[in-house]
Amino acid sequence: MAVKSLADLKKMSSEFKNTVSLRENGDNVDSLIQIKVAMATCGIASGAKEVMDFYLEELDKQGIKAVVTQTGCMGYCYAEPTIEVKLPGKDPIVFGHVNVEKASEILEKYIKNGELVEGIIPVNYETVK
Amino acid sequence: MTHYRFHILCCGGTGCKASNSAGIVRKFEAVLKEKNINDVQVITTGCFGFCEKGPIVKILPDNTFYVQVKEEDVENIINEHIIKGRKVERLLYTDPKANAHISDSKHMGFYKKQMRVALRNCGFINPEDIREYIARDGYAALGKVLSEMTPEQAIEEMKKSGLRGRGGAGFPTGKKWELARTLVPNAEQKYVICNADEGDPGAFMDRSILEGDPHSIIEAMAICGYCIGATKGLVYIRAEYPLAIRRLQIAIDQAREYGLLGKDIMGTGFEFDIELRYGAGAFVCGEETALIHSMEGQRGEPTIKPPFPAVKGYNGMPSNVNNVETFANVPVIYLKGADWFSKIGTEKSKGTKVFALAGKINNVGLIEVPMGTTLREIIYEIGGGIKGGKKFKAVQTGGPSGGCLTEKHLDTPVDYESLAAAKSIMGSGGMIVMDEDNCMVSIAKFYLDFTVDESCGKCTPCRVGNKRMNEILDKIIKGNGTMEDLDTLKNLANVIKDTALCGLGQTAPNPVISTLDNFYDEYLAHVKDKKCPAGQCKDLLSYVINPEKCIGCTACARKCPVNAITGVVKQPQTIDQEKCIKCGTCIDTCKFGAISKQ
Repeated sequence: MAVKSLADLKKMSSEFKNTVSLRENGDNVDSLIQIKVAMATCGIASGAKEVMDFYLEELDKQGIKAVVTQTGCMGYCYAEPTIEVKLPGKDPIVFGHVNVEKASEILEKYIKNGELVEGIIPVNYETVK
Repeated sequence: MTHYRFHILCCGGTGCKASNSAGIVRKFEAVLKEKNINDVQVITTGCFGFCEKGPIVKILPDNTFYVQVKEEDVENIINEHIIKGRKVERLLYTDPKANAHISDSKHMGFYKKQMRVALRNCGFINPEDIREYIARDGYAALGKVLSEMTPEQAIEEMKKSGLRGRGGAGFPTGKKWELARTLVPNAEQKYVICNADEGDPGAFMDRSILEGDPHSIIEAMAICGYCIGATKGLVYIRAEYPLAIRRLQIAIDQAREYGLLGKDIMGTGFEFDIELRYGAGAFVCGEETALIHSMEGQRGEPTIKPPFPAVKGYNGMPSNVNNVETFANVPVIYLKGADWFSKIGTEKSKGTKVFALAGKINNVGLIEVPMGTTLREIIYEIGGGIKGGKKFKAVQTGGPSGGCLTEKHLDTPVDYESLAAAKSIMGSGGMIVMDEDNCMVSIAKFYLDFTVDESCGKCTPCRVGNKRMNEILDKIIKGNGTMEDLDTLKNLANVIKDTALCGLGQTAPNPVISTLDNFYDEYLAHVKDKKCPAGQCKDLLSYVINPEKCIGCTACARKCPVNAITGVVKQPQTIDQEKCIKCGTCIDTCKFGAISKQ
């Protein structure tokens, strides 16, 4: 496991990066893409866990810096699983009926290109900071 | 590999450990296992700084900051926060001004004004895992210096950064390295020494850095070794810091395993290794010549400089001694550049300074602020003001070698020159806040007690002079002081300052001088009126019962440990001043506010 050169160290540093990236991202949350997955009983029952896992893996695979967190029930139990996506500098948008397929569409279209997709739930709440 | 949804960071600093943070970590691990949750990682980190409200548990990525967590709370946090995504309100920090819970640590007054350079990894990484340090660009500064710079260029960069010694005296670090490199060019061996003999009462900056980010010190010492031409490093650390020692040793072992210490580091041919030397906790051993003698197995006594350690240090060989916090700044300077570093701070004091905030202040803890931050900002915005809404009286900086600053100094920017101009010193970073209940004569005596205890006894001014000053202060506190004593005190202080051998003796009178300067009225009250305005000096106060308010319940008489209170039931009681030991039990017992100190 010896470091034989500076290049070696740099390689090792990027390999270990993911051990702390979750913490580093949490530290600059305002400048990153934030995805909140509603994970109350209703959400979990309709497959929110799979959606969360999908994002965790896919974002990492594609090297997109984002913070994925879970929240409690957002109140849209009829449209579960629901997710809230906040791109830096933009208002958060809530999507309903998000299965893995939909999650992938949101990732490809909205998160990467800012294109809106079907399934947006008009937001009728404010989040208290 | 597993994708973690949450990282649970538990503070593993000495403060939080003392309140069972290790038990909390074990409990988190046990409950997660029992519930079969495997996408949550529990990490023990170094100090978060907010020691007042420990043990601290921080959950990421949502930055939730839980305070005063107990083992019983763990199950609740997992059930609510981890499983259901609901924050546990009752464990969040309550902002005293808004009286509202704050969940995100970034919105806490305590952290808003801080800038963490030396403490960049404290409370963020697991100090016992080199991989986390490497992931945070650890050892990249060493790699850069070894492969891209000559020692001269590296020293030049250090000089350009403007970093000055964080042990207190503020000697420019780059200059020190240059002297160690050039004064004796052909030495057969040179040494890099890390001074981890942190001795100021109430100071724990260096301990926290060693506990929270030991690799940064190892990396910096190796860089210093390359610059001055040394292959050996020694850390002089007090044996009373067992956790810091353990983590440093683990870090050294890991660095060796990764080839970051030893022969041919990163294929550059550079060789460097580090050993630990334990100190017995003597204050004077923080002085570099005494420290070196102690490491050699001699008595920990200072010797006259010159010769400076850069010429004749450990085992007679050229040595460079830097303090822990100074070293902690080094890797960042090479990573981000001297220009970046020199933009922080004031004209002559660059960068940040770590302080251990203690005393009568709401947020006791470890803080780091850019140089030039005012005392007012530190005490009121970061420290959250004085405990119990009492009145601010003084702030002591620089420990037993420093001075007390008052209300009128509150807007003084914290840097080497401004503090010296206000007749205190930067010191290593202890900052003790006092309120109206603190007697300044007693404070001066407290610090002098410390230096009298810690004096090595080698030179007369310090051994005898400080003892005499201490006796005079004792006389004043007991109510037997005269005006002549005040003059003697002043004279003695100046003589000791001018004639003592080392820093300890020369600065020992500082607490007396600064309290005489700033609180002369209080000395006068003790000497002339035989009163202690703060009501702290027992010999100068008496407890009396107000007959108008006393209803004769005799509760105080029953509690008095020396039976000094007598009287008829349902009649006002009286205190026998001869018998009274001034313990204050009666005041605490009386429900009618009938007893007062005069």
